[in-house]
Amino acid sequence: MPRREIISGNWAFAEAMRQINPDVVAAYPITPSTDIPMKFAEFVANGKVDTNFVTVESEHSAITACVTAAAAGARVMTASSANGVALMHEIFPIAAFFRNPIVFGLVNRSLGAPINIHCDHSDSMGERDAGWVHLYCEDAQEAYDSAILAVRLAEHKDILSPVFVCQDGFITSHSFEAVSMLDDETVKSFVGERDADLPLLDVDNPVTYGSFAMSEYYFEIKRQQVEAHRNVLKHYDSVARDYESVSGRFYPKLDKYRTDDADFIVVVMSSASGVVKDVVDELREKGVKAGCLRIRMFRPFPAADVAEVLGKAKAVAVLDRALSIGGTAPLSAEVKSALYDAGAHVPLQSCVYGLGGRDFFPQHAMEIFADLQKGNIRAEERYIGLLE
Amino acid sequence: MAIRLKDYTEKISPLSGGHRLCPGCGAPTAVHQGLMGIDSPLVVVNATGCLEVSTTVYPFSAWRVPWIHTAFENAGAGVSGVEAAYIALKKRGKIDKDIKFVTFGGDGGTYDIGLQSLSGALERGHDFTYICYNNQGYMNTGAQRSSATPRRANATTSPAGTVIPGKLQRAKDLTAIVEAHHIPYVAQTTLFNATDVAEKVKKAVETPGPAFVNILVPCVLFWGIDPALQHEICRLAADTRFWPVYEVENGKWKITYKPKKRVPIEEFLKPQARYRHLFKGDTSKALLEQAQADIEFEWQELLDRCGETWDPAD
Repeated sequence: MPRREIISGNWAFAEAMRQINPDVVAAYPITPSTDIPMKFAEFVANGKVDTNFVTVESEHSAITACVTAAAAGARVMTASSANGVALMHEIFPIAAFFRNPIVFGLVNRSLGAPINIHCDHSDSMGERDAGWVHLYCEDAQEAYDSAILAVRLAEHKDILSPVFVCQDGFITSHSFEAVSMLDDETVKSFVGERDADLPLLDVDNPVTYGSFAMSEYYFEIKRQQVEAHRNVLKHYDSVARDYESVSGRFYPKLDKYRTDDADFIVVVMSSASGVVKDVVDELREKGVKAGCLRIRMFRPFPAADVAEVLGKAKAVAVLDRALSIGGTAPLSAEVKSALYDAGAHVPLQSCVYGLGGRDFFPQHAMEIFADLQKGNIRAEERYIGLLE
Repeated sequence: MAIRLKDYTEKISPLSGGHRLCPGCGAPTAVHQGLMGIDSPLVVVNATGCLEVSTTVYPFSAWRVPWIHTAFENAGAGVSGVEAAYIALKKRGKIDKDIKFVTFGGDGGTYDIGLQSLSGALERGHDFTYICYNNQGYMNTGAQRSSATPRRANATTSPAGTVIPGKLQRAKDLTAIVEAHHIPYVAQTTLFNATDVAEKVKKAVETPGPAFVNILVPCVLFWGIDPALQHEICRLAADTRFWPVYEVENGKWKITYKPKKRVPIEEFLKPQARYRHLFKGDTSKALLEQAQADIEFEWQELLDRCGETWDPAD
């Protein structure tokens, strides 16, 4: 039976894993994602899943075992955060190149140093160019739904790409909220069974994975991965609609909140969009045409769709929860690039907020909208909530 | 268990010819001799290194069996994932064959950068065999020292100079470190006797749980030997006790090859350019004496572990 329970973002992701019952999970504990493998270990210990759960000795080994298990033909999931994600950095592009459909619960946390356990997006943004699909979730419900949806997206024959399902560390991962869950049978039939192409374990048809390709071939091979991501943009909606048909919940690439006629739009990702949406409602009551564009899919970046939403606005602010020190913060860079390609000259304020878990309050969003209305837009990025 | 060389002539090695390893390289010999005795279907996991790059130059592959490489420091984790998938898929009825898993790593990928990953895989008890093809340094990058490089060898990051006579440190005793994981089968050997390599690897593969075989193999470029001397130099490594040949089964240490005569270490060192500096100048005699003293010390350590004695006819 479908259920509605008060659970955390981590537990929601772990519940989805239980229902997916992957062949292999290889994981290593790190705050704030630890609850995911911990909860999953309980499922294993109590016979709720029959997954082969591999308790590796590092994140590097976790992702390595995931990659080789996926190449072997298994359905594979894992989770990590922050420095653990950074330690996996070397292996992420290999997963993407092998076209391993791994679904990864990435619980966003700031990268050290200074060491800090709270949320920002510096960990996943470091993996921006690894060739993985990036989905950023607003709340625990979305983390649950995305884990299930991502299995089908990752294993789509025209895609075959690993997927990060990101949620905000502590803010989402440790907050308890009502989450509607499907019944086990519905999830089981939605994800089906993995039908792997060229599995390593097919000993009658031996394949070589991870060969040495020099300048004559490397470029063409990488180009095929670009095509896979173009196919994500092409096929994502049909997978999301399939998920809607079993869950009643549809998750578009872009979450457009009152943007249709908006003059002033704030672009944001993950949990902070809840704050921005509240402020949008408040401003709308005062007659200000405010809107919020939440970027759910960051890789591949739906640039044309973003430009279409923002192109007619009078002013836009982009909120990044990560720095690119010495350059433009990652989301801002993407949005500016999308607008340039569309020939849209919209005044744009880059803002960095929430680093290391710094709170982002409605007042901050209110001030950002006020500056957009006043045309108080600067070329340099602003730091929201910074004491200086 | 006994392997007859005659049977080899009828078997096809999992590694074909046409790969790009150097003439005289010991790595492919270790693969051929090691895997020829295995009759089960095999999957090979390879750490980054000479064997990996030279056998899989895209769009070709010299491997007749499924083969996977991801990176340098993670072959232990790599085989863990493949084996985990095999167990899961077998349990779910998607695979019915009995498949064995063999991992190859050089000494750089095993003694140094891959030690943690190997240790984790051994501790977790995956059913696989790890073969270290140990040429005692980083050959893929040009003869740098590793923790497997023996004392006094001339390597490009521990060169024999006017002040420092090559590498100063003793090689890490990886076979003993692996044994300390209390896995069921650990062995070390060299390419001095084809049936010895084949029998040890066969025993390793057929033993349930993790197994490890450390095979000393020459690199003609680093060791500075005539490529035709592969077998001869390995025989001298065993006969001089530079590389003792032994196995540890369920904690029981046993020397499996005891040289009949005491052969001086010079006979192993002399044909190799990496030890040329030991045969020149005023310090030569002292350095060679130290080299022999190291051999006697380590051999006695091994005899003690085995609870054995040795009475050479010298």
